[in-house]
This record gives sequence, C-alpha cells and structure tokens, in this order.
Amino acid sequence: MAATLEAPVVRSGRTRRRRRAVVATTVLAIVVFCQFVLTMMVGDHFVPPVDVMLSAVHLGDDPMTDFIVRDLRLPTAATALGVGLALGIAGVVFQKLLGNPLASPDFVGVSSGASAFAVAAIVISNAGAAVVSASALSGALLTALIIYLLAWRDGISGYRFVLIGIGVSQFMLSIVGYIVSRGDLYEAREAMTWIVGTVGQAGTGELRTLLGALVLIIPVALVLERPLRMLELGDDTAKALGSRVELNRVAMIALSVVLVGFATAVAGPIMFVALIAGPIAQRITGPGGGILAAGLVGAAIVLGADLVAQHLLPTSLPTGVITGIIGAPYLIWLLATVNREGRGG
Amino acid sequence: MTSHDLRAENLTLGYSDTDIVTDLDVQIPDGRITVIVGANACGKSTLLRGLARLLTPRGGQVVLDGKSVQDMRSIDVAKVLGLLPQSPVAPDGITVGDLVGRGRYPHQGWFRRWSDDDDRAVEAALEATGTTELADRNISELSGGQRQRVWVAMALAQDTDLLLLDEPTTFLDINHQVELLDLLTDLNRASGKTIVIVLHDLNLACRYADHIIAMKKGAILAEGAPKDVITAAVVTEVFGLACEVVPDPVSDTPMIVPRGRHHAPQAVIQRLA
Ligand SMILES: Nc1ncnc2c1ncn2[C@@H]1O[C@H](COP(=O)(O)OP(=O)(O)OP(=O)(O)O)[C@@H](O)[C@H]1O
Ligand SMILES: [Mg+2]
Repeated sequence: MAATLEAPVVRSGRTRRRRRAVVATTVLAIVVFCQFVLTMMVGDHFVPPVDVMLSAVHLGDDPMTDFIVRDLRLPTAATALGVGLALGIAGVVFQKLLGNPLASPDFVGVSSGASAFAVAAIVISNAGAAVVSASALSGALLTALIIYLLAWRDGISGYRFVLIGIGVSQFMLSIVGYIVSRGDLYEAREAMTWIVGTVGQAGTGELRTLLGALVLIIPVALVLERPLRMLELGDDTAKALGSRVELNRVAMIALSVVLVGFATAVAGPIMFVALIAGPIAQRITGPGGGILAAGLVGAAIVLGADLVAQHLLPTSLPTGVITGIIGAPYLIWLLATVNREGRGG
Repeated sequence: MTSHDLRAENLTLGYSDTDIVTDLDVQIPDGRITVIVGANACGKSTLLRGLARLLTPRGGQVVLDGKSVQDMRSIDVAKVLGLLPQSPVAPDGITVGDLVGRGRYPHQGWFRRWSDDDDRAVEAALEATGTTELADRNISELSGGQRQRVWVAMALAQDTDLLLLDEPTTFLDINHQVELLDLLTDLNRASGKTIVIVLHDLNLACRYADHIIAMKKGAILAEGAPKDVITAAVVTEVFGLACEVVPDPVSDTPMIVPRGRHHAPQAVIQRLA
C-alpha cells in the first residue's frame, strides 16, 4: 500500500475524537469530585468545602466537623461514588459486549439476582457484612451464568440475552418480594433498600468490599477497553482481527458481574443507572469515549440522585426512586426508537 | 510481500449437530485471485471462516505456512490473514474513520498503540475504496453500498498478505462492483496480495479469478482456471440451472447465459408454431 501518503484527514479526525473524549472525561471527573464534596457539605449542619476536604484526608482539627464529615456523611458519599462507578462501568461493558442498549445488568436480572441472594442472607441467616457481600456476588454470578447458558446457541446474541434476562429478572424480583414479605424482623425501611435501592444506609463492611473491588477492577477494565472495542464489532470480525473473543468476553462479563454484585450488596438494586450511564457518557464524550467516562456518569447520577433525594425534597426518599424517575422515561424512549430503527434484534 | 502457503487438509467444519464441510482438501494458490462460487447454503462462508481460524475444525486442519492455524496465536494469524465476514455489524455511533482504524488492531499491542503507519494504512484504505470523504460520517448514516465499501476499507487497513472476502460486492451497484474487483486486482498485481473472494456473479467471477473453486454441498466439485472449469455441465451441476456458456466479449472468459423456463429456445419455437 502507498506508504508515502500523508494522512491528514484520518489523523485530524482521530486527534479530534481523542481530544474531545479526554476533555469530556476530565470535566466529568471534576463534576463528580464537586458532587462528592457537596454531599459532605450539606445537611442539618453546613460544612464549608475546605473543611470537608481537610477533614476527609484527616487534616482537620475540629472533632465536631470530623464527626459530621467522616462518620456521618463520608460513608454515604463514598457509597454513592462507588456504586455509581460500579454500575456505570458494568452497564457500558454489558451493552457494548452484547451490542444492545437494553442489555444492562439491572435490566437483564443480574442486579435482581444479587438482591435476591443478599436479602435471603439477611433475612434467613441474619448474616454479617462479609456474608451479605458474598451472597450478593454469588447471586449476581449465578444469574449471569443462568442467562448466559440459556441464551447460548453457537454464540451469544444480544437480543436473546436481553429477552431471557428480563424473564430471569422478573423471577428474581418475585423472590425478593416473597422474602421481604416473610421477614418480620425487618423494618420496612430496611426492606426498601432491597426493592428500590438507596445509598443512605450502607454497611461499612459491604462498602469496604465494594471500594476494594473497584480499586482492583477499574485498572483491569481500562486494560480491557481495547479488546472491548474489538468485541463490539461482533465475533467474526473480532476474531478475524486476532482478538481472543471467548476469553475476553468471559473476563468482561465476570468483571461487570462482580461490580454489580458488590454494588448491590451495598445499596440494593439502584435501577436504571447501569442502563443510562453508557449512552449519556457517549453523548458527552463522542464516539471516542470509554469505560471510565461511563463510570463517572454513573457516579454523577447516583451522587446527584442522592443529593436530590436527601436535600431537595420535603421528605427524604430512597436513591432508587430518583434514578427511576430519570430512567423510566429514557427506557420508554429507548424501546420506542430501538424498534423503529429495527435494532431490537 | 512474502509468499504464503494456505491449505486445508481433510477439513471438516460444522455447527452444533451438523457437519457442513466434510473432508475437504484445498490449496489456495499463492499470489493469485481465487474466487469461490456455489449455491446458497453450500458452505462457502463456512469454509472461509474455517480458513481464517474463526471455526475450530471438527476434523483435519488448516495449515498456514506449515503450521496448523489452531496452534498459532490468533493475533499472529491476523497479521498475515484477513477476513471480511459476509454480514459484519457496526457498533452504535461509530464513525467511518474509527471503524476502518480498528482494522489496525493486530498490528498494535499493549505498548505499541497508534502509529504513523496506522494513519497511513487507514488513509490508503479509505482512498482506495473511495470513502475518504466519509471519514467523519457516522456508519449508520451511510447507504448500503457506502457501508460495504467502508468494511472493505477496514479489511484493507489490516494490510495482510492474504485477504479473504465473503461477498464483498453485495449492496454495490454494477459500477462499484467492477471498481471493487478492479481494485482487488490492482492490489494483487501490484503487491502480490493473495485474495480469496466469494462471489455470486458467475460472469464477474470468471473474469476476475485466476483460480475458481465451485462448491456443492460442502465439497469442491471442480477447481482450476475459469476457462477449464466453468462449463454448462458444471454450472448445471452446481446451481441446478440450465444455461449456455459463451465467451465474454470483453475478457474472453466464460460467460453464463441462463435459460430459465420462459426463455429457452424451445419456448420461442413453441410460441411461433
Ligand atoms: N452459525 C451457524 N449456526 C448453525 N448453522 C449455520 C451457521 N452458519 C451457517 N449455518 C448453516 O451452514 C450451512 C452453510 O452455510 P454458509 O453460510 O456456509 O453458506 P454459504 O455457502 O455461505 O451461503 P450463502 O451463499 O447464502 O452465503 C447452511 O445450511 C447454514 O444454515
Ligand atoms: Mg455465505
């Protein structure tokens, strides 16, 4: 091929895409950081941003502020951040992997599977944090495995995966409903976590597990970004380009499922975050955007939803109610347009 | 371009419970254009996927330069052998330039990301397929024929010594069909790229093939130079179609004139009688 050709068009297009994605991702990170700090500022007692940051990194000198910031508000802020990142990343990986905007883990039943197992652990065995996290993780893994096996036919079709996933999701949700209705030790408010999800009452143990998993998994996810860009071309093209399709796919599904499992153990199934984070991130970053941007959008959504749920409304609501209010119209729009463009299959 | 030896030995390929290609032996002539023809569902795409290591053989093996492709790393195969599948899928919202750029994947690595070579290969591929002006467009906004040319550009950007294309002329108007086949011939003549194409248009197949392979029910019925292979009897055997074969006035290769039920000479005679 003509090796002397200059490549101005291609290079400028690529540079432009890259630059836009980098700028947009940076802006997203700044927004998320501001929301994170804001979450620790507001409440019954206002704490100025500088004090929040000093206290959060253990440089504050006022025990009262330290108590409010570190003990009362940091867990909520960290939960919202961690859960949002986890759901955003898991969502976009599923969607790209299966080539279908509906194929997010909350929509196809991975989150409900995690909830069912977590609730079972709490109600039936009165389990501690480690057991709850482990149960949620097993629930997520098991559900994903069931869907994968049922949907497998000489390969995985996104459409079949979504349909089977919705069925499995309904089944798991009915199990959650049943267990919650049987567990009388439960306060109604706590049961609520497992139906709509909220970041307000995370257990410290579950939160540590999630944050630990994120620290390990985010770098792996960024490394898998490249193979993911192959897999979204479909199995044949990806293989023809030398990508190890089966290995990469299993790795990416496993990684997303682990994130969803741990996130659900912390906050319950906060619906729609995984579904909408990826597409919104793509809008913001353009086609060059990636997994990290989707994670940041997820974090922005959960942090924002928590701020609204806690401070802007007369009564405080579970976070999942707010994400539901944002997500449901998007879902309806998506269902309408996907079918119109004939991309449902 | 280095010379390569791609062959299938006793190759059996299939899906779930059926074997499609059975016990097939073939050698792809190095540095030539090979065209595979055959009826729908006879196993052309299956054979191509087997040759490109997309399917694991159920029996026999595909050998590339003396090594079974099954024993090679997929990335090493992809540096030498490219494949354009019959119906590739484009992800949502991807631009032409981005898609074509993904053809460079096998030449990159964890540490060696995007290079000037990649830019040049992409630019040349866009140029060759006449899609340079489309570089910033979204794939979903293109016509079927434009999209097809973009996929060909991606396969070209992969810049492999062997290139397998599964019906690359679908969706193309007659002018673009000829242009694409001319382009592939240019690449073959200029750099010695070995090209294998599945085609449905027998006349174009005969014109552009150095070597033609006629398949029926997963087996090779005849292969060789088009002039030797494509006879009325073979076409009837392969496609179940009665026809005349006459010399192509432009290229002097075999040209197939199908009969059909309404236009056979007998019908003309009967109507006159
Ligand atoms: N993924 C698959 N799973 C199961 N069966 C398949 C699959 N792909 C192809 N087949 C079957 O294998 C047979 C050969 O298919 P193949 O795609 O190789 O035909 P082809 O010669 O390329 O046909 P066409 O000219 O229509 O493209 C067909 O009967 C088809 O139904
Ligand atoms: Mg085919």
